[in-house]
Amino acid sequence: MSLSKDQVQHIATLARLEIADEELSEVAEKLSRIVDFVDQLQAAPTDDVEPMAHPLNQTQRLRPDEVTEHDQRDTFQANAPAVQDGLYLVPKVIE
Amino acid sequence: MSGAGAALHRRTLSELARGLAHEEFTARELTEALLARVESYGKDLNAFITVTAERALQHAERADTARRNGDAGALNGLPIVHKDLFCTRGVLTTCGSRILGNFVSPYDATVVAKLRLAGAIMLGKTNMDEFAMGSSNETSYFGPVKNPWDLALSPGGSSGGSAAAVAARLVPAATGTDTGGSIRQPAALTGTVGLKPTYGRVSRYGMVAFASSLDQAGVIARSAEDAAMLLQEMAGFDRRDSTSVDQPVPDYRAAIGASLKGMKIGIVRQHFDAGLDPECEARIREALAVLEGEGATLREIDLPNIGLSVPTYYVVAPAECSSNMSRFDGVRFGHRAENPRDLSDLYCRSRGEGFGAEVQRRIMTGTYVLSAGYYDAYYLKAQKVRQLISRDFRDAFSSVDLIAGPTAPTTAFALGEKTDDPITMYLNDIYTIGANLAGLPGVSVPCGFAAGLPVGLHLVGPHFAEDRLLNCAHQYQQHSDWHTHCPEAYA
Repeated sequence: MSLSKDQVQHIATLARLEIADEELSEVAEKLSRIVDFVDQLQAAPTDDVEPMAHPLNQTQRLRPDEVTEHDQRDTFQANAPAVQDGLYLVPKVIE
Repeated sequence: MSGAGAALHRRTLSELARGLAHEEFTARELTEALLARVESYGKDLNAFITVTAERALQHAERADTARRNGDAGALNGLPIVHKDLFCTRGVLTTCGSRILGNFVSPYDATVVAKLRLAGAIMLGKTNMDEFAMGSSNETSYFGPVKNPWDLALSPGGSSGGSAAAVAARLVPAATGTDTGGSIRQPAALTGTVGLKPTYGRVSRYGMVAFASSLDQAGVIARSAEDAAMLLQEMAGFDRRDSTSVDQPVPDYRAAIGASLKGMKIGIVRQHFDAGLDPECEARIREALAVLEGEGATLREIDLPNIGLSVPTYYVVAPAECSSNMSRFDGVRFGHRAENPRDLSDLYCRSRGEGFGAEVQRRIMTGTYVLSAGYYDAYYLKAQKVRQLISRDFRDAFSSVDLIAGPTAPTTAFALGEKTDDPITMYLNDIYTIGANLAGLPGVSVPCGFAAGLPVGLHLVGPHFAEDRLLNCAHQYQQHSDWHTHCPEAYA
């Protein structure tokens, strides 16, 4: 297996995903299969090949820095799990 | 309703448009007839996440009024459904996920708005693989969609709900999205037409993002002509999508009448390998013979790097997915874990509870290939191979007008058959992923049956050649009737 349980736990922490201890070995096993599968790319000769980030090789279009949207805070916050006075509530971060 | 009303579901989108224009029936009658079918069959197929019956009837009445006032849009009164990945204002938009299980979109996707403005009536939102990550519809939080040809089989995915609804004649056409084959593969497995346009042809604004350099909105319908009709209204520049391309939209319906005489069609040698089911191959060869009979010339071509398209995709797509999925944090919208200990616990548990196993796998794969020490070896490497694959297509299109082959290696497979091994599932998209990596348009067209199940012919064109693709598909459908076959239980 190319990925250990510890490595998978580290990746899960980076990705902010909680994985139950009893699921770790199955997740590690399946992720390892994926990593082994994509490893076949290593054999492809790619010296002097430009990496491709966009299918039409377009560059990002810029727009004038103008206010075009009106305030819709109440509409957007209607979907929030917890808000107060127009602010999103999260657990206390600074003691 | 008149006797003719009972058979409205058998008519295609174009036929229904003519019926409405000739006042054979009203939009209200048509909407009622199809909502009754959604009611009768939708549950068994599990094709819908939300049915918007009341709203549909209101909109149908508005469409009837508009027609009376001489103000009918191109799709006035025609019922459609949207994949539940398109944001629909005031309507639940779940993307097949628990994490968006309570999300009511505050705005419309551009595709949704455009189709509504053209007069189309939304009957509901269709089931799909969670965040479009899957090829069988089994990753949906709302359970798998069933294939109308056999309820024990998968309809394919991720736009499986849209494909099943069209195949079962619940609705004449549906929207879908395609990141690696998610429109074309379910179309092939359900005997429908599935069109994925060129990257940038249709706005992605309001589509819940999976892999932003690959995602594209398209259509599932019953004929190429119907797909052309919908694409006409969906395509075009949108300043709200930074990757939308500002290029004129041709008249697709005018383009589909041309003869295939002199058209050069490339047959990819690598696509007829051992992985292709022999019965499916026979159907594809027969379809190619029909195209040849209409004057097209077939030519064998090579795409030397196409064999690397699936591994390339499974680096690029998860990498982009892991970035896109970071917006789901349990703070601003979507599922939030109860009684979090601290902020980190809130993030980790909201995401751990909200995302299913396949989405978590892809987020972790993406996180891994982008992480320090692995970026060059995986992500950068995959972007280079993507360039090679795109170059192969560019070279091929210097000598042929279109590329034809199979859409999927087999017909529909059993639910549960491929869920144990992610790689087996991923390989289902082996013939479709290349078009996404290169940003090319592709269409799957029904071309016969293998052991009683539909087979799809896959056509791929150069960038912005949707007109040529649809023309070829339409000409094929003028000389075959596979697209008219309907699963018996839904006739």
